[in-house]
Amino acid sequence: MLRDKISVGSKIFDVVNYTLLGLLALVMVIPFVHVVGSSFATSAEIAETSFLLFPTEFSLNAYKYIFSTDTILRALLISVTVTVGGTLWSMFLSTLTAYGLSRKDLVGRRFFNFLIVFTILFNGGMIPTFLVVEQTGLLNSLWALIIPVSINAFNMIILRSFFMNLPAGLEESAKIDGASDFGILFRIVIPCSLPAIATISLFYAVTYWNTYMHAILYISDSAKWPVQVLLRQIVVLASGINYDGATYTDVPPPEVTVKMATIVVATVPVLLVYPFLQKYFAKGALLGSVKG
Amino acid sequence: MESATIKKGRKHEILRNIKKNKLIYLMILPGIVYFFIYKYLPMSGLVISFQDYKPYLGISGSDWVGFEHFERLFTSPDFWMIFRNTLILFALQIIIFFPIPIIISLMLNEVRHSLYKRGIQTLIYIPHFMSWVVIVSISYVMLTLDGGIINSLIEYFGFEKINFLMNEEWFRPMYILQVIWREAGWGTIIFLAAITGVDPQLYEAAKMDGANRLRQMWHITLPAIRSVIIIMLILKIGDVLELGFEHVYLLLNASNREVGEIFDTYVYTAGLQQGQFSYSTAVGFFKGVVGLILVIFANRLAKRFGEEGIY
Repeated sequence: MLRDKISVGSKIFDVVNYTLLGLLALVMVIPFVHVVGSSFATSAEIAETSFLLFPTEFSLNAYKYIFSTDTILRALLISVTVTVGGTLWSMFLSTLTAYGLSRKDLVGRRFFNFLIVFTILFNGGMIPTFLVVEQTGLLNSLWALIIPVSINAFNMIILRSFFMNLPAGLEESAKIDGASDFGILFRIVIPCSLPAIATISLFYAVTYWNTYMHAILYISDSAKWPVQVLLRQIVVLASGINYDGATYTDVPPPEVTVKMATIVVATVPVLLVYPFLQKYFAKGALLGSVKG
Repeated sequence: MESATIKKGRKHEILRNIKKNKLIYLMILPGIVYFFIYKYLPMSGLVISFQDYKPYLGISGSDWVGFEHFERLFTSPDFWMIFRNTLILFALQIIIFFPIPIIISLMLNEVRHSLYKRGIQTLIYIPHFMSWVVIVSISYVMLTLDGGIINSLIEYFGFEKINFLMNEEWFRPMYILQVIWREAGWGTIIFLAAITGVDPQLYEAAKMDGANRLRQMWHITLPAIRSVIIIMLILKIGDVLELGFEHVYLLLNASNREVGEIFDTYVYTAGLQQGQFSYSTAVGFFKGVVGLILVIFANRLAKRFGEEGIY
């Protein structure tokens, strides 16, 4: 690159560009900082000055309050269970299917691929899917949050593309050494695909942690609600603005700090895994979008 | 005779292949069963939109009513309301949201300082990993009338507070701002990757011709990623009716329903909350077919413009 002569125009361009991007990132992140900061504030300080990023008086009252009953703890436990179990289950099925369909010598491969891609373009919709979930006996069980979404077609395709790009020699030499198809998958293909596997696991885990719609569709028993549903009850419905007629007249609306703390609790697990997997996922997401 | 033996030979070969690959078939079996039960069975369940479906009678026992539910849909004033709302939210996605990741990618591409670049990327990806419930909840606590940070600021500067959450006029701006907040950063990944593939010699040549950096962006980078932009646009158009049930549902309330109700939320309320299974299935069916036609149409269009398309 010719970098010996940096013109004034180019310098101005840099300053403006860097500043705008910095502002953009701040605008996107400040709401989270505000919520985390407020969750550690005292109610008095919030009432006095509601625009704060960091509290002057540090308080754990909101967290003490939400963990004083077992409602949120139970919801957290449910979310963790669904996330861990669901991710393992989905990865197991997706990897098997993706590897099978990545094998170029498989008769009927194009047909199965079409079958799966078509489900991205068209589906039966909410009510017929609900009826199938009901008929398979999953209503009001945590399985309803996992089984009906066992494989995400996009995620499966990303994995499949990754497997297809592995050098063909790897498999062949294993075959010559007498490895079975399962042996090749578990001893060769999976260990060589850890970045892709980590990425897709993260995608699944985030989806399971964030699951909301399926919970309100399939689970009416409030003792089985995951944390996202509870969050909506506490923040959105308790603001007195509701749509579906659920009333909260008998329960006083929770304090602002409690709402903030609940948001934090529902968010923290995602933020904890994010930095560890970040280096992988950009690459993984890319593969999917370019070669899907 | 001859073709029969060839056929027989091919059949034999296929059988041999299946036998050889039986473990592979065993591997994909659970996946295929999943897609069959939870994706294809619901498609067959669409027939209830032509029935007067009663849960205790089942599909085989319920009466057939022809196109009655579709007629009811097309003549209902609700239809035009949800149609208009869906279309407007979609237009906002295409016109306002779609260009933003492209612009951010172009800007990020000009950042030479790699640590700064990665820092910005890390921060702007984060909202994508938050659920819609979290995004909407944060908006709620920030926008609420009593004590929300935004209204406190508005009041602090001497203006009148705005009831963002229960106001028809604010529904659409709130919707699209939240979409930008959550997805704009994440959307840059694909465009940044495409930009990496641009031949650096093109920039050298442009510099020789005296193009400044804005002109280089406009005349080199942007045309170079044209096909990726078009593919992403097709995908977006194919998604026209998928405006995010969760997102819209969470924002809806009695006072903004007239501008906020879309196909998905309508199906949910009419179907699962009011028990009109057949009618709401018909609504969902209509939506799905329109969506499918749009993807096919968008793909054709892309091919006509000499691009690859997505399938």
